[in-house]
Amino acid sequence: MGHRPGRVLMRVKVLIVEDSKASREYIASTVEAVEGIDAVVTSSGFEALKLLPRHRFDLIITDINMPDINGLELINFVKKNPNYRDVPLFIITTEGREQDRDRGMALGAAEYLVKPFQPGSLESLLRRYLKLP
Amino acid sequence: MSPASKALAEFVAEATEILEALGKDLLVLDERRGQEADPERVNGIFRAAHSLKGLAGLFGQERISRLAHGTEDLLDRLRLGKLLLDDAVLDTLIEALDAFQALLAETAHGSESEGLSRRAEGMAERLGRLGAPVAARDEDPLDRLELDAQVRAVFTEYEEHRLRENVRRGVSLWRVRAAFDLSDFDKGLADLNARLKPLGEVISTLPSAQPGGAHGIAFDLIFGAQVAQAELESGLKGTPAELSQLTVRPSSASARSAEALSRAPLAQAESHAALVVASPTDVLPQTPATRRGGRKKGARATPAPAATAPGARAGDASHPVVESRRAAAPEARADAGPPPGPGPASQAWLPLADPATWGARPGPASGDWALSADETRSGVEATEGHEEVAAGRGTRPARGPVGNPGAASVVEARSQGGRGPGTSGPVPSLVTYLQGPGGRAPGRTAPASDRPAAPAPVPAESSLRSLTQTVRVDIGRLDGLINMVGELLLIKANLQRLAESARVDGAVPLSKLFGQELARETRGLERKLEALQEGLLEARMVPVGQVFDKLARLVRRITREAGKEIDFVIGGGEVELDKLIVEELSDPLMHLIRNAIDHGVEPPEVRLAAGKPRRAVVALRAEQKGNHVVIEVSDDGAGIDELRVREVALGRGLITFAQAEEMGRRELLNLIFLPGFSTARSVSELSGRGVGLDVVKNNLGNLSGIIDVWSERGKGTAFHLTLPVTLAIIRALVVGVSARTYAVPLNSVLEILSVQPGDIRTLERREVLDVRGQTLPFVRLSRLFGLPERPVSRYFVVVVGLAQERLGIAVDELHGQQDIVTKPLGGRLQSVRGISGATDLGNRRTVLVLDVAALLEEGMAQERRRA
Repeated sequence: MGHRPGRVLMRVKVLIVEDSKASREYIASTVEAVEGIDAVVTSSGFEALKLLPRHRFDLIITDINMPDINGLELINFVKKNPNYRDVPLFIITTEGREQDRDRGMALGAAEYLVKPFQPGSLESLLRRYLKLP
Repeated sequence: MSPASKALAEFVAEATEILEALGKDLLVLDERRGQEADPERVNGIFRAAHSLKGLAGLFGQERISRLAHGTEDLLDRLRLGKLLLDDAVLDTLIEALDAFQALLAETAHGSESEGLSRRAEGMAERLGRLGAPVAARDEDPLDRLELDAQVRAVFTEYEEHRLRENVRRGVSLWRVRAAFDLSDFDKGLADLNARLKPLGEVISTLPSAQPGGAHGIAFDLIFGAQVAQAELESGLKGTPAELSQLTVRPSSASARSAEALSRAPLAQAESHAALVVASPTDVLPQTPATRRGGRKKGARATPAPAATAPGARAGDASHPVVESRRAAAPEARADAGPPPGPGPASQAWLPLADPATWGARPGPASGDWALSADETRSGVEATEGHEEVAAGRGTRPARGPVGNPGAASVVEARSQGGRGPGTSGPVPSLVTYLQGPGGRAPGRTAPASDRPAAPAPVPAESSLRSLTQTVRVDIGRLDGLINMVGELLLIKANLQRLAESARVDGAVPLSKLFGQELARETRGLERKLEALQEGLLEARMVPVGQVFDKLARLVRRITREAGKEIDFVIGGGEVELDKLIVEELSDPLMHLIRNAIDHGVEPPEVRLAAGKPRRAVVALRAEQKGNHVVIEVSDDGAGIDELRVREVALGRGLITFAQAEEMGRRELLNLIFLPGFSTARSVSELSGRGVGLDVVKNNLGNLSGIIDVWSERGKGTAFHLTLPVTLAIIRALVVGVSARTYAVPLNSVLEILSVQPGDIRTLERREVLDVRGQTLPFVRLSRLFGLPERPVSRYFVVVVGLAQERLGIAVDELHGQQDIVTKPLGGRLQSVRGISGATDLGNRRTVLVLDVAALLEEGMAQERRRA
């Protein structure tokens, strides 16, 4: 389930969870700019919980500060669930939220990005984790 | 639109939304100054600043991003209880909002002024320095909570803080577990949250890591209950929730506290009921700014017989507040430093736990108001850190405000009868914020000569209007529209089928059945199109509350500046109006409200002398009446003296003596709307009423609305603004005059009469009709527009009316009703009186649309001229 290494020819699917619309669009366009990735976006942790069983995501990118369930709770949910726990997960944080970031990493997030970030840095991380050329 | 400008527009739209939400929350905090802020609200404001920072960062808006960073940082400290929300902090936040608004306006217009950049920079720096830290506590109450470390690990810093607060206050904590179907768990959770909210605080919502079956999902809600277990259980009846209480170990001092409580007399309960502040925290005011006169919280630090301690009532679920914070033992006060504040007026107010705590307060309420900030502070420190007290080192000198020279002046100003920072220092310009940066049509606001001679004039180019023309549409409404389009497509398919069969059958005469089918489909099409039109119009509707909220912030500001004491009452904010109208309304309303505050409402002393309550009421209410919305701006001030109005109008030659003799009270009052009535001199003569009211009236006229005034000496004044619900698509009556065609908006047509020329009589040289015993002013459209009059045997008289005004308009022919979209007339034609625009009747004929509001005025003016 989830992340399958070595897959190059199949398209991969990335879930983006971010409540700010403009940020979401920015992240999505960065993700979609990478050849071979489809982005699925949602504005809330709740929606993410609904989407998880219906798709097979290869990677998840989540914000921490969100209204319904916070990003940490989402990470915990993903990482504790045998169906999803292998899916690599990136956190997007903003400067100054180090404690939240550290907790996210402790819960099993693979990487974190601090807003504002360069598209290039997200792109290279995506390529690395999704084993894209 | 280029991708870059599209991205910028998106940024501005979202940033505007964020700032609007932020402004709303700040307003609530502003209204409840002195009370403890709702943690959820503070967190909401924090989230807004946080989103704004992220957003601005992504879009390379560095100035906004930097300021948002400073704001977020301050708010973060606030919500985490590291800083207390005092007046200086709140004022600075309001000022920051102003700066954001200005920055966003520049961004929207693609400019960047150095002055503003510097201001934002300075602002950000100030935010960083602002506020006094809250004393650190020795013991982390969270250590007393028995909670799985794994659960704790998923809390954000904020959630952890809220949990800590709840533990510290001895609130009983529960784990509410509920499993839902995966497809609609959000509804179930929303329901659960709605039931829990009134009973306490939902601290965290954790999706359970245990897979909840193939189609299910379970959640653990960490909940701090303000009610007893039984009430909590009954409140959750019918939900799938299961409760289990989280154990909180008692703190070391609880035993003593329990003993003290049991001896506590209850006699003080009632006399202190007024002192209770909603829900307390340790956020203890330390800056002078929070010490406000007359706040009788000083008694809070009444000497207690013994140091009591929190945790005493942990088992008593009916009194969820556990901590009894009254350990301000005499010894704690003994070594308090000299009072920094100016005596009794500067008592610090202290957060209180709960009425129960008050009731339980031991010892005499000494009435000792003259406690210094240090003393009160030491009292609380003693309670917070009761072990410290027990150890006999109760007091620490209060740390004053750090780098915040504005705070002191704020206090002083407040203690002198509520004159706020606006008059005393460099504090915020909420007014400028409200006016918003660069309104779209500055030309429409009052010319400088008409400005009030008030102490703080509003800059002429001010506007409360929004930066964007975005309308947020409820998703339900949008879905409805999409469904309708689906149904229309179905009808289209049916019609296509019919057309196809007609084509194939060719010369065969069409059957009656076919005709019936076609007619049925056409009717269906018509109905659906109507529904679609209605739906689209609804999508343009926004609650007037949007502009009311902005005005409320303004009122607070002006009130403070004017040194008045005013309760501002808002009603009917849910009434919906076309977005365009709501936007255009803000300036006229601002005018009227400013007038009411500056000039309508008397100073407190004058009111008291007149036997009125000290505090005046200024009210803003909206009410839907059929196709119109009536907005009332009223005050219970001195009212307008119509005789003075008469004098002024005569003095300015606006009316003749003969006219004045004929005028009733209402007519006299309405003279204040005449251009040229208000001048600087008349401002003082008429206590300022009439300031730019002709401008207000014109603004409303542009919206097809009219304004009416009521006033009674000594009782107050009320302005009624009557407006159409929408301007976009209206139903019109199509009429003919002298072989020309005009459209009259049907929403202002009251009735149509058929009149013989003999029915028209002349009264005081004006033409009138007698309709059911009432005299109706009457104009001939042909004469009004200077068209050749044709002899007719009868007239159709279209009776139009808005609010109280009525007018009969004589036309030659009636052509029927039609939906029209009014297009504005461009250029020079725009100022033609009596015409609001043009419309296409569908048969490629363009006709002019009558401006009923202007005609009503014209009718009245004509009467005056002819006299």
